[in-house]
Amino acid sequence: MSRRPYFRTVSRYGWWFAHPRYLRYMARELSSAFVGAYGGLVMFALWRLWQGEAEWNALVGFLQSPPSIGFHLVALAFALYHTITWFNVTPKAMPVQIGDRQFPGGIIVGTHYFVWAVVSLALFILAGAGT
Amino acid sequence: MTPRRIEFEILRYDPDKMQKPEFQTYLVPCEEDWVVLDALNYIKDELDRTLSYRWSCHMAVCGSCSMMINGEPTLSCKSFVRDLPNQVCIEPLNNFPIERDLVVVLDDFLGKLNSVKPYLIPREKKSLEEGVYLQSPAQLKKFKQFTLCINCTLCYAACPQYAHDENFVGPAALALAHRYNLDSRDVGRTARQDVVASNLGIWECSFVGACSEVCPHGVDPAGAIQQAKIASTGDYFMDLILPGRKS
Repeated sequence: MSRRPYFRTVSRYGWWFAHPRYLRYMARELSSAFVGAYGGLVMFALWRLWQGEAEWNALVGFLQSPPSIGFHLVALAFALYHTITWFNVTPKAMPVQIGDRQFPGGIIVGTHYFVWAVVSLALFILAGAGT
Repeated sequence: MTPRRIEFEILRYDPDKMQKPEFQTYLVPCEEDWVVLDALNYIKDELDRTLSYRWSCHMAVCGSCSMMINGEPTLSCKSFVRDLPNQVCIEPLNNFPIERDLVVVLDDFLGKLNSVKPYLIPREKKSLEEGVYLQSPAQLKKFKQFTLCINCTLCYAACPQYAHDENFVGPAALALAHRYNLDSRDVGRTARQDVVASNLGIWECSFVGACSEVCPHGVDPAGAIQQAKIASTGDYFMDLILPGRKS
């Protein structure tokens, strides 16, 4: 009897189709691209606003076009997926223990949603006050 | 009750006779309360004595009987045949070299486990006469979950990061390092950080979370690694604020 271990290779590409959990992970990773792209768009919009009224109005016109609305819908879906999947894993990364009792994960996740809602509301109020 | 006949397709490899692994099929009359390990034992006893696989406790404690069952890293003693279809594909654990049939080479994992110093490093060693190191229930609770690891290596078989970079220290070893780092009796964190906080340690993990999904004891290695990342990030900023501080 001899030793001759057999090494199986893993495909560098396409491995994420091997199991739904890998596909979910890749979707979460992909969502970062849309979140980043939307962040870039906001920065671009600020730059156009700084340039003047005509440039800003031209951008607003573009934003109302069907391709732009399509991009926003897709980006929103990915941003929601990104946010929800990350919020859901926060109890793993940041468990809270008081004495010998551990905080239920639902409270940690819920706190994130609560802070998200408060910050969003504050931004809406701020934006409304500016118009 | 009449036994249910299940077709087991098993990946076989004999280094003396085969160039590469090949599937072999066995038809097994399974009782309703059998687990896959019982079916393997039936094959070994009644159909083919050459089949090789590891097992010991038959109760999900020893972590020996890990294998891929229909593509999922699973303890074969915990996988009931009543939950499986009439055709079952059994392979050795993914991401490990195959020694023979369902037996894989675990040397790499054992080396990594050793590299994180998975043992108590106390501030001062006590003699037996001085008694045990005391700990409160609250202190124990901080890390108890991570003590439940049975080294079954299912997490390594599920981890795509380990699949693509065998140098990654990996989930179980990093979770065990975190277990000792959280232990109030231990002061070995600094000694472990060279391995744990390296690019091939916690920072190689991209939080797929597959390790925690397949863990048979709910250890949650992915959680341990993310907690260790936060602690290491804290170290980085503390070193910036207080250079030369004693960690």
